[in-house]
Amino acid sequence: MNAQGQAQVHAQAQVHALAPAQALAAGSDYLDARGELVAARVRADFPILARELHGKPLVYLDSAASSQQPRAVLDATARYATTTHANVHRGVHALSQGATAAFEAARETVRRFINARSTREIIFTRGTTEAINLVAQSWGGRSLQAGDEVLITHLEHHSNIVPWQMLCAARGARLLAVPLTPTGELDLGAFEKLLGPRTRMLALAHVSNALGTVLPIAEMIAAAHARGVPVLLDGAQAIAHQRVDVQALDCDFYAFSGHKIYAPTGIGVLYGREALLAAMPPWQGGGDMILTVAIEGSTWNELPWKFEAGTPNISGAIGLGAALEYVETLGRERIAAHEQDLLVVATDALRAVPGLRLIGTARDKVGVVSFTLEGIHPHDIGTILDAEGVAIRTGHHCAMPVMTYYGLAATARASFGVYNDRNDIQRLVEGLGRVREVFA
Amino acid sequence: MDTRELYRDVILDHNRSPRNFGRLEPADAAAVGHNPLCGDSLSLTLRIDGETLREVRFNGQGCAISVASASMMSEAVTGKSLPDVDALYQEVHALLTQPEHTPALPLGKLLALSGVREFPARVKCASLCWHTLNAAIATRNTAMPTPTHTPPTVSTE
Repeated sequence: MNAQGQAQVHAQAQVHALAPAQALAAGSDYLDARGELVAARVRADFPILARELHGKPLVYLDSAASSQQPRAVLDATARYATTTHANVHRGVHALSQGATAAFEAARETVRRFINARSTREIIFTRGTTEAINLVAQSWGGRSLQAGDEVLITHLEHHSNIVPWQMLCAARGARLLAVPLTPTGELDLGAFEKLLGPRTRMLALAHVSNALGTVLPIAEMIAAAHARGVPVLLDGAQAIAHQRVDVQALDCDFYAFSGHKIYAPTGIGVLYGREALLAAMPPWQGGGDMILTVAIEGSTWNELPWKFEAGTPNISGAIGLGAALEYVETLGRERIAAHEQDLLVVATDALRAVPGLRLIGTARDKVGVVSFTLEGIHPHDIGTILDAEGVAIRTGHHCAMPVMTYYGLAATARASFGVYNDRNDIQRLVEGLGRVREVFA
Repeated sequence: MDTRELYRDVILDHNRSPRNFGRLEPADAAAVGHNPLCGDSLSLTLRIDGETLREVRFNGQGCAISVASASMMSEAVTGKSLPDVDALYQEVHALLTQPEHTPALPLGKLLALSGVREFPARVKCASLCWHTLNAAIATRNTAMPTPTHTPPTVSTE
């Protein structure tokens, strides 16, 4: 079915679109008299936060790995499964039309959320990793020649390193990386030098997952564009913590995962500038991405479906749409203010813990505090905190070059979501006291 | 969940003061073990005399469980015949993974590792050194490890 046909189905199916079982609480229900978020009211929306961990109230400080889902998301996916599930873009029956309408409505929610120009620029993927692989393979397979360069940074998650390594190896191109400074920021002087006449792509994190550093993307994108170099942003760690407007950022690609922004796993988004996506060949072949198929050859569907081979994660997309609406209801500026408060409180509290070293002290950070304790391996910190009911991440955070830079095998990392509060930080600090007792 | 079951005094002691820490040069066998979960690595060098494991040294970085396990292993296997080392490996493996296992051999200090059973995420930390020892022993009949010869690596994944 072509885009026109799909639009028609979309219109016909509006009447079957999923009506919320109950209206989402109004944004004002979450605010105190000063207009700030009341964490307890937000927490109440997340059923998992009511459980215990080893007999103690759960303190979840691992949202940078995966965030929890609010009832609005759980209800949306359950409602879809119990009332509307069918395959999309194919059936004439009401269920398929309803599923198609809900799926395409989620795409429109994503478009609005990141302020893309058109839903043709919104491609559903399995997550950030698949989105970056899509660009590396489809864009890179055509645009990269032997001797060309792809520029990344030393702060990247492995998912924004390895796809480019694989591409460069296949094309005889070189992968270069902007180095770090001791605070966990980028060396912009080195960046200016590395951005050269052979640079064909700048791919970098919007926010570092290991350290929380917000990268100076505005000036880096401007410098890249001045040389005609397209820019891909890995937004996995940024999307839940600050407003993302792809037109204001002026990036060419933006990738993010649903499960970092209160949606289920297995759904993510690739935003791409329409002209670039239109010029790129399809990546995976199969159903939904075609217009016609003959044994002699096939023709491709229009954007965005050209890049969505196979039955998509319909339920995940609907969950993602519900999650983004939930975030809009709370208000992105209010979420950012709440999490900045937590970051300041946590940074001060952790600095006071004897033997604790903060890893990553950039001026502009969101959502993450990475640290080590003198003489105690992060893995042991993680196990003892777990026994105290506090869930954090320990390890290399899929960012081994960052660990190598600091001469560490691992760090402990506490990361925040909108549902965290100052009590969670108090529990973290108390737990670290217990760690120090065990290893005294 | 009581972390004192995991971090028993003998484990904390071996973590603080690891025995047989370092490298044998030359060595009759060597291997490197990796734990991709936490980025840790453990390097073992052995001196083997006929069918007897004469000396073991380990180095690398790891958590308290992995360092203490390697340290206690190095004490337990030194001077043992290779078949006895293998029998001990089987016993330790059972101790780490089977809830109601009754050891068929006297395990001594190694019994302190039984607490790891209650922490499934940490079993790999305790078993890494034993897998690495097996890999090292398997190399003894092949070329001697030299600076230009990369020892075999094992992974807990």
